[in-house]
Amino acid sequence: MAKTVVQEFTKGLWDEIPPFRLVLGLCPTLAVTKTVANGVGMGVAATFVLVCSNILVSALRNVIPSQVRVPCFIIIIATFVVVVELVMQAFTYPLFLQLGIFIPLIVVNCIILGRAEAFASKNGVVPSTADGLGIGVGFTLALAVLAAIREVFGAGTLSVPFSDTVIHVFGPSFQPFTFMVEAPGAFVCLGLVLALMNLAGK
Amino acid sequence: MRDVIRMIVVLGVLAAVSGWLLWAVKMGTASQIEYQQLKFVKGPAIKKILEGSSNDPLVDRFKIQDGEVERNFYVGVFDGKANAVAYETFGKGFGGDIGIMVGVNLETDELLGIGVTTHSETPGLGSRAKDDPSFGAQFKGMSIQEPFKVKADGGKVDALSGATVTSWGVCAGVTDSAKFYKTLKPQLIEQAQAFAK
Repeated sequence: MAKTVVQEFTKGLWDEIPPFRLVLGLCPTLAVTKTVANGVGMGVAATFVLVCSNILVSALRNVIPSQVRVPCFIIIIATFVVVVELVMQAFTYPLFLQLGIFIPLIVVNCIILGRAEAFASKNGVVPSTADGLGIGVGFTLALAVLAAIREVFGAGTLSVPFSDTVIHVFGPSFQPFTFMVEAPGAFVCLGLVLALMNLAGK
Repeated sequence: MRDVIRMIVVLGVLAAVSGWLLWAVKMGTASQIEYQQLKFVKGPAIKKILEGSSNDPLVDRFKIQDGEVERNFYVGVFDGKANAVAYETFGKGFGGDIGIMVGVNLETDELLGIGVTTHSETPGLGSRAKDDPSFGAQFKGMSIQEPFKVKADGGKVDALSGATVTSWGVCAGVTDSAKFYKTLKPQLIEQAQAFAK
């Protein structure tokens, strides 16, 4: 069942889109999707870590002894997470403050360790890169969609990632549906999107 | 045995390479991170305390080595004279250290104002030390020479209701800072002159 590189990439966008299909990485998915800017920032950070760790794990897959593979994966992932954390702190400081603890928590994000274990440690560098990119972009998209729904209804705004621009969707008389930006709203929203995806996939 | 050695070598090399990489990134981003923290965490407090100064206090700053600690001072220029400095001090609060930016007039030793920079106080209670401008405003005009106390302890500061420990922490932090302010004052005046325009 050899897939092409393109297939490895596109599977992450629908068939194996992380929060909805693999149902992995729910903690950041629910926690940081209050605004689109936060969601996309988180997605980009996770994508960077995922792609880099997939490349390195697949390149070293014949060197790493199988008994200590998980510690090795964790070292690789943790290194890239700290790199992301420092770079975000240096260049997108407000976003870094918003995401806070969820950046270091990328280390234990199941998506990244899962892809390292299930895919990158068994495949070559090129398919692993495509896989990481696909899953990462899928994760970012999922976060963006979820965040957009929650932000538009919960706050009546739409923030543009990596800028200070905020669009007011409904105008000043809008009464925010604050349930959506709180934790239970995240679960409900996730469930609704999942249901819609199942409906569309039928 | 060979397996064990291989494991140790692979893990060891990975850890070493990762350590070196992190050191390189940390060094590369250190000054940029310092600037960002200055801009987003301390910046607003400094700007508010030294409001109306004709220079940019975030640019006009200097460091003084005080014993083992290095202290940062931000200079405010008023009427062409560099007669105000702001510096950060720490007081013990309810949830950890409270960072307090203190602005002092170098000629009169009067406080220009204080502002909380970092804290982990209770939201809604202790956090008002930062969010409620009237708390910080009462320090304005007081002299740094006298100890700062809340009214219940015979001082002049109106404590935040429900946040006595936070109020104590802020007062203690400002009082503490008077010590190094006094010893460093000659140096402060001398260094600040360089920024007068």
